[in-house]
Amino acid sequence: MFWEQLINGLTLGSSYALIALGYTMVYGIVQLINFAHGEIYMFGAFAGLFLVLSGVNVFIALLGAMVFCMLLGMLVERIAYRPLRGKSSRLSALISAIGVSIFLSTLMALYRGTNTTRYPEIIGNSTFSVGSIQISSLQVIILLVSALLMVGLQLLIQKTRIGKAMRACSQDLEASSLMGINVNRVISATFAIGSALAAAGGMMVGIYYNAVWPYMGTMAGLKAFAAAVLGGIGSVPGAMIGGLSLGVMEIMGVAYLSSSYKDAIAFAILILVLFIRPQGIMGQKISKKV
Amino acid sequence: MIILEMDKISQEFGGLRALDNVSLKINEQEIFGIIGPNGAGKTTLFNIITGIYVPIEGDLLFKGQRINGTAPYDIARMGIARTFQNIRLFDKLSVLDNVRIGCHGVTHSGFWASVLGLPISRKEEVFILDRAEKLLQLIGLYEKRYEYANNLAYGEQRRLEIARALALEPSLVLLDEPGAGMNPQEKEELMKLIRQIRDDLHLTIVLVEHDMNLVMNICERIAVLNYGRKIADGTPAKVKNDPQVIQSYLGAGA
Repeated sequence: MFWEQLINGLTLGSSYALIALGYTMVYGIVQLINFAHGEIYMFGAFAGLFLVLSGVNVFIALLGAMVFCMLLGMLVERIAYRPLRGKSSRLSALISAIGVSIFLSTLMALYRGTNTTRYPEIIGNSTFSVGSIQISSLQVIILLVSALLMVGLQLLIQKTRIGKAMRACSQDLEASSLMGINVNRVISATFAIGSALAAAGGMMVGIYYNAVWPYMGTMAGLKAFAAAVLGGIGSVPGAMIGGLSLGVMEIMGVAYLSSSYKDAIAFAILILVLFIRPQGIMGQKISKKV
Repeated sequence: MIILEMDKISQEFGGLRALDNVSLKINEQEIFGIIGPNGAGKTTLFNIITGIYVPIEGDLLFKGQRINGTAPYDIARMGIARTFQNIRLFDKLSVLDNVRIGCHGVTHSGFWASVLGLPISRKEEVFILDRAEKLLQLIGLYEKRYEYANNLAYGEQRRLEIARALALEPSLVLLDEPGAGMNPQEKEELMKLIRQIRDDLHLTIVLVEHDMNLVMNICERIAVLNYGRKIADGTPAKVKNDPQVIQSYLGAGA
């Protein structure tokens, strides 16, 4: 029972982690909480659905959804955030983000209606036992794909030119621009990468729970945001750890307490962590420079 | 040859005139000093040259090309690099990575090439590493290349900033108080380093500095700012004896 719940928790948690990464990376560089991020996740789930319905192989559909959301994320940044950057306060960008969030979810509701759409049966969901634990093949796939994406992200950030530029920008945007780094391009790439990860999360959750709907991004987005804060906003490993632990704690709470407290548990944990360790698990204390 | 020309530059912050009608001509391969009391507009001038601020009046010409309004990263790529008054290294990156970031402006492989690990991006990584290591040898921080930047001593951090600026392959380097917080011996070494990079790399160097001894020793020409206005310029000997400079900067009794 415990081990099965742990697997369930990790599966849910890996989707939180994938979304949380987008929040944390964007925050790390432009100090903006991109409230439209949950809607990118929702668009990812729908893009994957449409591709699957048109007969595309599920893994190619996953890639397609990621590329689509990459472009969508860059478009949102270009239209809704960049014109405000440097010209107005961070609060205006935040309000713009909320506006985009409402716009995108309403757009999808207008197009698809507010009802839940089921994913077609695409992955033969067989269950197998390891010892006394029952694991579904779908869970294995989700965990593997998530792990692959997160390892890929780490390599990108640590090893590549764009990754180095991102790390530099997250420490000092202005100094980075004086080093010849095109900061607009780095910010755009950050939105693209975060959005692609959210799309992967959205599509996998859609398949896992066999449901997609236009407002699915709201709660998932909030929880992932909680996960990012839990891990320490701005920290990439923090978002991964925060997402996974939030998923596990939520499932454990449901299993051992009550399923009616499912959403309350996530936010109770968030409040608790903020009391004890305001900078989050991996976050660093901010000391103001003089 | 004039490398940088400022023509009647003015800048205002909320009604306060930080720079008023400042004109300067800086020759290629000279070491040029800008001095003045606190709040004279020295750092503002640097921020204008590097594109952080767009001046409200006047023209800024780099190698004959008008650059006011150009984005900071484009100006950096054209060959203007700088260091900061209060050191702004990337603290959580290694010494080596700090210099490698500086090489960003001279490389070109894009997002996809770097995500996919294409040969062009790998070749560039090798080139950058080589270049960064050579620069660290030049400024004498090669042995500490794997340390975090914020673990370096203060004087070393200042030198690292210079190496990072040089990584951009600039033709003009702006040093904002390079000697601040250094002891006399470190300053001595700094002066040697500044002369050496000018001579070896054929650079133009503009520096803002409070230490008169350093400025008078190293600079070939000096401009004096006071309350946003240029009150004098010329050789150290000439500036030192300018009555207006003595009055407003060195103090009436000096």
